[in-house]
Amino acid sequence: MSEKKNTPLDVESIRGDFPILKTLSASGAPLIYLDNAASTQHPNVVIESISDCYRNYYANVHRGIHTLSEAATSAYEQSRHAVAAFLNAAADREIVFTAGTTAAINTVARSWGEANIKSGDTILLTIAEHHANIVPWQQLATRTGCRIEFLPVADDGTIADEVVLDALAKHRPKLFTFVAISNMLGTEFPVARWVRMAHDAESLVLVDAAQAVPHQPIDVRQWDADFVVFSGHKICGPSGIGVLYGRESLLEAMPPFLGGGGMIQRVTVSGFEPAGLPEKFEAGTPPITEAIGLAAAIRYVESIGLECIRAHEQELVGRAYDGLAAIDGVRIFGPLPKDRAGILSFVIDGVHAHDVSQWLDTRGIAVRAGHHCTMPLHKRFGVAATSRASFYLYNTVSEVDAFVAAIAETKAKFSSTGRRRTRQPIKPL
Amino acid sequence: MPREEDIYEEHVLDHYEDPYHRGDCEHATHEHEGNNPLCGDVVRVDLQIDSGGDIRQAWFDGEGCVISQASASMLMEKIEGMSRDKIKQFTADQMLELFGPKLTPNRQKCCLLPWRVVQSALHSPIDDGVDTDAVQNFGGPSLREES
Repeated sequence: MSEKKNTPLDVESIRGDFPILKTLSASGAPLIYLDNAASTQHPNVVIESISDCYRNYYANVHRGIHTLSEAATSAYEQSRHAVAAFLNAAADREIVFTAGTTAAINTVARSWGEANIKSGDTILLTIAEHHANIVPWQQLATRTGCRIEFLPVADDGTIADEVVLDALAKHRPKLFTFVAISNMLGTEFPVARWVRMAHDAESLVLVDAAQAVPHQPIDVRQWDADFVVFSGHKICGPSGIGVLYGRESLLEAMPPFLGGGGMIQRVTVSGFEPAGLPEKFEAGTPPITEAIGLAAAIRYVESIGLECIRAHEQELVGRAYDGLAAIDGVRIFGPLPKDRAGILSFVIDGVHAHDVSQWLDTRGIAVRAGHHCTMPLHKRFGVAATSRASFYLYNTVSEVDAFVAAIAETKAKFSSTGRRRTRQPIKPL
Repeated sequence: MPREEDIYEEHVLDHYEDPYHRGDCEHATHEHEGNNPLCGDVVRVDLQIDSGGDIRQAWFDGEGCVISQASASMLMEKIEGMSRDKIKQFTADQMLELFGPKLTPNRQKCCLLPWRVVQSALHSPIDDGVDTDAVQNFGGPSLREES
């Protein structure tokens, strides 16, 4: 197949690993799943790893002396180790399992934020942040009186280094928190460079890597970021689990956020003594099978190769970009393909994003419609909603072509054709 | 299961492209605007309600998907001449029936937006601000923001 010639991935073989890709859509057409930035599908190895735990060795972790609990605890901690190795963290203690990216950011905002931020301090964000990296800081601002400043994005969806430098110098933020890859624009921001600039300005850095970790090799030590967060369900893993990576010295100094079982050393009627890292931040029964599934997902994408996945997505997004750009009346948001990850948001003149999505669904094509939890960014570009196609390792060139053809068809379907409504007889009042 | 294409049947597209009373109502006595946070649809409704409580004119304006805008047009056409009380009794299910094609739960929110706005407009005289007894919960699917 021509696809194999252009990409190092054996996409047909990969597709065989994902049972859901064999299903038909509601319309009866084969499923073309292009909503990967929202959530990805699961290969058999992930599904089986979860099923295997439930069938053979499930129990609560860090609690029992019995065999099952030891087995589950061991698998849970091996999962933590797999994540640490995957991110090249310095130690397993730097990996905190959370309920997802949102919970991870909230943990930093509540724990580090409330211990370190006071009235008059500044948190620096970009206007391209997901609501998950805006609202927790707005809540922190309400509690502490700190200020929030947003870096603007240029019309092409990028942010120049000078804009970042100026803002760091002007606002002297305590924390610069930004998205590594915009979930709407697809822009890849220069993480390592911005972290250096922020550290030079004595600001800590949190990187929202939800759209980056699944799609390219990540090395948190090369980034040198203080906090990095991502979710399991965007990397072929389960929902309900995410990761907060934090520099050990920072996590060590932070107070626990959620209180409860599992996060304590000792509790008396007069108080408690928190556990060490990472348990200090994992109150309650953690997402056990989710962690095991996440580790299986990480092993899976590593077996394919993150560099190969990235190259494959680059090919797909480039082809989709060229295809849509050639359709009159389609507006694409964000940078040229060379500066973008496998995410493509667009509008068709005169057609609402929901109608685009609904019509594509009749062709078996799943895309996202709406504001993608980036309302300030949509406002910046003067649109209420966009449609978004996002690619992953199992998508094919022919799927991209079908998508582009369906967009051309959608345009024609909803264009004005001089229709007239049936006139009702005038009603007497 | 209905075919999804059927949502965009001719009758619906006709109302979308050639709407009934899209624009401002010169003699409006009541007005309300609402949006659907899921997709950003916005609908504003102007009503002229006479002293007997009948709707003399119903106009809408807004931006949004085919479903929300076509259903607004259908609803304006439907309620002109109706009494305030009759409109209050006009249920969400009746609105979905008026629209016609069967909708998925998410698209029902689009269809019900104009209906919600009309119900609020009845309580929103232009001079006196919003009635304190205006009820915001009309049943039907919630309009929770997407995640």
